[in-house]
Amino acid sequence: MAVTLDQTIAQKQHTFLSRLLANQTFWVVIAVILACLFLSFATDSFATSKNLFNITRNVTFVAIVALGMTFVIITGGIDLSVGSVLCLCSMVLAVTMHAGYSIEIGILATIVTALAIGAFNGVLIAYVGFPPFVVTLGMLSVARSLAMVASNNTVVFQFGPDHQKLLALGGGAWVFGIANPVLYMIILALITGFILRWTKFGRHIFAIGGNEHAATLTGVPVKQIKVAVYMISALSAGLAGIIQTGWLGAVTTNLGTGMELQVIAATVIGGANLAGGVGTALGAIVGAALIEVIRNSLGLLGINAFWQGTFIGGAIILAVLFDRIRNFRRSD
Amino acid sequence: MSVLELANISKHFGAIQAVNDVSFSLEAGEVVGLMGDNGAGKSTLVKMIAGNFRPSHGTMHLEGKEIVMHKPAEARQHGIEIVHQDLALCNNLTAAANVYLGRELRRGVGPFRILDYAAMYKRAGQLFAELKSETRPRDLVKQMSGGQRQAVAIARTMLSQAKIVLMDEPTAAISVRQVAEVLNLIRHLRDQGIAVVLISHRMPDVFDVADRVIVMRRGRKVADKKIASSSPEEVTGLITGAIEQVA
Repeated sequence: MAVTLDQTIAQKQHTFLSRLLANQTFWVVIAVILACLFLSFATDSFATSKNLFNITRNVTFVAIVALGMTFVIITGGIDLSVGSVLCLCSMVLAVTMHAGYSIEIGILATIVTALAIGAFNGVLIAYVGFPPFVVTLGMLSVARSLAMVASNNTVVFQFGPDHQKLLALGGGAWVFGIANPVLYMIILALITGFILRWTKFGRHIFAIGGNEHAATLTGVPVKQIKVAVYMISALSAGLAGIIQTGWLGAVTTNLGTGMELQVIAATVIGGANLAGGVGTALGAIVGAALIEVIRNSLGLLGINAFWQGTFIGGAIILAVLFDRIRNFRRSD
Repeated sequence: MSVLELANISKHFGAIQAVNDVSFSLEAGEVVGLMGDNGAGKSTLVKMIAGNFRPSHGTMHLEGKEIVMHKPAEARQHGIEIVHQDLALCNNLTAAANVYLGRELRRGVGPFRILDYAAMYKRAGQLFAELKSETRPRDLVKQMSGGQRQAVAIARTMLSQAKIVLMDEPTAAISVRQVAEVLNLIRHLRDQGIAVVLISHRMPDVFDVADRVIVMRRGRKVADKKIASSSPEEVTGLITGAIEQVA
């Protein structure tokens, strides 16, 4: 039987299963599930509702920022300032509310701060041509310093007339006993996934990461989109800051220190490629989950906490190694 | 009436005069070979027609109306399409996504519009069939052969009703069989009444497919004549400067 041109063109080369097996995120999900199963049998304390509640809540802050970081990493950029931006945003919220303003004004001020920082990063990178690494490294230092200036390096734990509202926002569990931060994370992940898969903006982000020059030549508004992704990244740090403030009930100037590395690790473990062009919302979440499960399990298994960094670093290297092996096989 | 009429077009970058006082016209269904050595100003000239650069001096008329373009998207709206030398493809996207890059189809109402994957796959598949290319719209460009990549880049120009297609060295780095395919694609475009500008260093390709040849040297147009009344030797002389200029 002759195969016509139309049949060849209409053919789908990949089945659902083959695509799933080639997907790094899928394997990380398997790893998380296996680790959870193992820990449920190996320890008495893992599969308790209290511990699971703790894990899910701890995952959220890194995961929410990782969602924003995913946009930046898909374009082939990087945002090192997220930890400091989270701290500054928390501090702006705390100081504004401490001064007697309502929670609405506090959140508005926080979001404006985050977007302004993101726009500053984005404009320098897209229009002035700075390397993202340098600009956001500078902002890492600037934002934390501004947080210290705003609070005079004190701990803020009184949030004015709307104190209780803020604590409920971050610390409550309004639906089915699921911690609020987890709900926010799920909502933000759905929004991120939708934008990446179904919008023109999302398609253009992937195009920029794949071949920025080609995107420019075909009329994709590359510069505007780059500014937008850094604003999204800063915004996600700001939102995580608001939620974390409500959950902790206090803000110190060392909040979010070193967080940028965890966030980048989560996105990379979840399958995003630092060279750009690849990344998913689900990947950011499961990457964050794997890091948290590793951390949690080490504690429960009675392994010295000093080993944490080794295991998390090992997970990053392992994740990238699998990616390399797949690419080797493809190029053969 | 000419499809495109360039009058006294110049472009300088600072002190460097890349294109100097060039005028020519393009007719519908005509293939024009644009030749010249590296740095002769071919690419700069084409980029002005494609809306990447604005001319420093001079005017462009499309079907009698003056056009001023600020970006490539505007050139496309006028029906001017370009196939870039490096093809401008994103390896991480599917063939269909590349064909539609920058003008994705969407469905929905008002601001709530989502990408229309089904329509884009369908139309891209039709274009590949028209081009007689075994290219699957759902495949990633990363996994494609040189010929398939050419087909993706050329399918782009067929999305809308193009009047002019500019091709920047389409036959530079491909196999002999693929060169023949690309030349056939050019004839296919010409037969639809599209004016094609073929930038090339390859003399046989230009003499095979073009109706007219324009030669540039150091930013100036030094020849503009029918292929039938020229010869590869003459064009070589014009490119290198051995022949100063012909009418």
